[in-house]
Amino acid sequence: MQFALMIYHTPQEFAMRTNDYADPHLGAWRAYYKALVEAGVYVSGDALEVPETGTTVRLREGKRRVQDGPYADTKEQLAGFIILELPSVDAALEWAARCPGASLGAVEVRPLSPEAKRRGFTGESKQ
Amino acid sequence: MNRNNSQEDTHRTIERVARESYGRLVAYLSVHTHDLASAEDALSEALVAALKNWPRDGVPQNPEGWLLTTARHSFIDVVRHQRVALASEPTLKLLQENSTNAVLSAEFPDERLKLLFVCAHPAIDPAMHTPLMLQTVLGLDATRIAHAFLVPPKTMGQRLVRAKTKIRDGGIQFEVPQERDLPRRLDGVLEAIYAAFGIGWDDMFGIDQRGRDLAEEAVWLARVLLQLMPHEAEVQGLLALMLHCEARRTARRGPDGRYVPLSEQDPKQWSLPLIEEAEHHLREAFTQGRSGRFQLEAAIQSAHAERARSGRIDWTAIALFYERLINTSPALGTRAGYAAAVAEASGPEAGLAVLESIDLDTVSHYQPYWAVRAHLLQRLGKAREASDAYDRAIGLAEDPAVREFLLQKRG
Repeated sequence: MQFALMIYHTPQEFAMRTNDYADPHLGAWRAYYKALVEAGVYVSGDALEVPETGTTVRLREGKRRVQDGPYADTKEQLAGFIILELPSVDAALEWAARCPGASLGAVEVRPLSPEAKRRGFTGESKQ
Repeated sequence: MNRNNSQEDTHRTIERVARESYGRLVAYLSVHTHDLASAEDALSEALVAALKNWPRDGVPQNPEGWLLTTARHSFIDVVRHQRVALASEPTLKLLQENSTNAVLSAEFPDERLKLLFVCAHPAIDPAMHTPLMLQTVLGLDATRIAHAFLVPPKTMGQRLVRAKTKIRDGGIQFEVPQERDLPRRLDGVLEAIYAAFGIGWDDMFGIDQRGRDLAEEAVWLARVLLQLMPHEAEVQGLLALMLHCEARRTARRGPDGRYVPLSEQDPKQWSLPLIEEAEHHLREAFTQGRSGRFQLEAAIQSAHAERARSGRIDWTAIALFYERLINTSPALGTRAGYAAAVAEASGPEAGLAVLESIDLDTVSHYQPYWAVRAHLLQRLGKAREASDAYDRAIGLAEDPAVREFLLQKRG
């Protein structure tokens, strides 16, 4: 069963992110990633750029609507995601609690829809 | 005293009575009907009534008796509504007892021991033993329990309801087990109380401390159990173990919130009264002459506490306690603790050898193993391997302060 761990940050928390290799928060992330891989549960994941770099697109009555910034106008914005293969939601919550994003911002755990595959969304559907 | 103050006092009295009497009242109300959910509903209605009436009329002379009488009235109302379904012998008995009003005195039997055994009954999912105790004996709400056990609050609520339904309808007896079953059944109760406390506090090398924020509640439950079973060595042992750990609570954090491992703690910051109380219970336990898991764990913590007196730690003794502990409960935590103790007593190679004997598949998610391993590899000067092990420990750590500590040690 696959779960998405979605990491949310406030603008202040986004501002605390650095690319400095020696930054302890980044060090914690590297260690967390390593633990996920070594435990054999990691599927994929990535960090996102700050919300201001986002652009939101809609088509309404055949017309394009393009909006600067993220879709949702909320204080906490999606900062990254991880997909994990795990036996249960309990295991997913354990990993969410260990996520460095949980002690800085918040982590939402949500199962991936197994329906999507069956419906042929990914082209992997079996008749 | 002005009115506000006295109102505050009344509220505090209600809180205290609720805390002290909750389990006794729930146990008494449910012992015959086995209906925990209705007993809890009735009691919470009584508490609401107390919040309304006591500030106006003053606190009754016998607050517990008042709560019991009020709770019984609403309990009977509930039961009357369900009468068709529930017109059973025990229900009728309760109705009758009420009409004679026999229980207005403070003297009603303490049935909490039966309730504790029901919560940790083998027919109930072991994962629900602790949540049930916290709710029915201490009155904690499902959300708070859910936080502590890292479960979605709605799910925890549903699981509690299911467990109570099983207790009501599943023929689970409200009784103290017979001699023959007692040791095994008591283990279940002790395990459940210890599970509320959190994982071990053997925090020498930055082992992740996933306390459940329920340490006080766990100690309270152990005290209740000891009061009800004063001659059980393992009950004394469990209380001694938790008190030793509690004695170090403040010393585990520096003034800046930094994590301080046991070996670097200043014993002057340990609570001497708690240590003395722990030692008292451990001595009492030993006089019973029946060894057990919790006494051994308490003995290990007692050996650490010795540093406050003599400045020394007898690692050989600690390693021996662990060895005996492995024979009774070979949990991963015990084996990691044993490795750490062996390393202190006979050098890091010996400790590492103990770790090597553990199957790697079992520790891929187990933080303490990697924390101990990293520490021992570092002592052996194996920098690269140590750094790898530190990474694993850091990646599996939950407490940010522990994570920070390990990051610094990794260098």
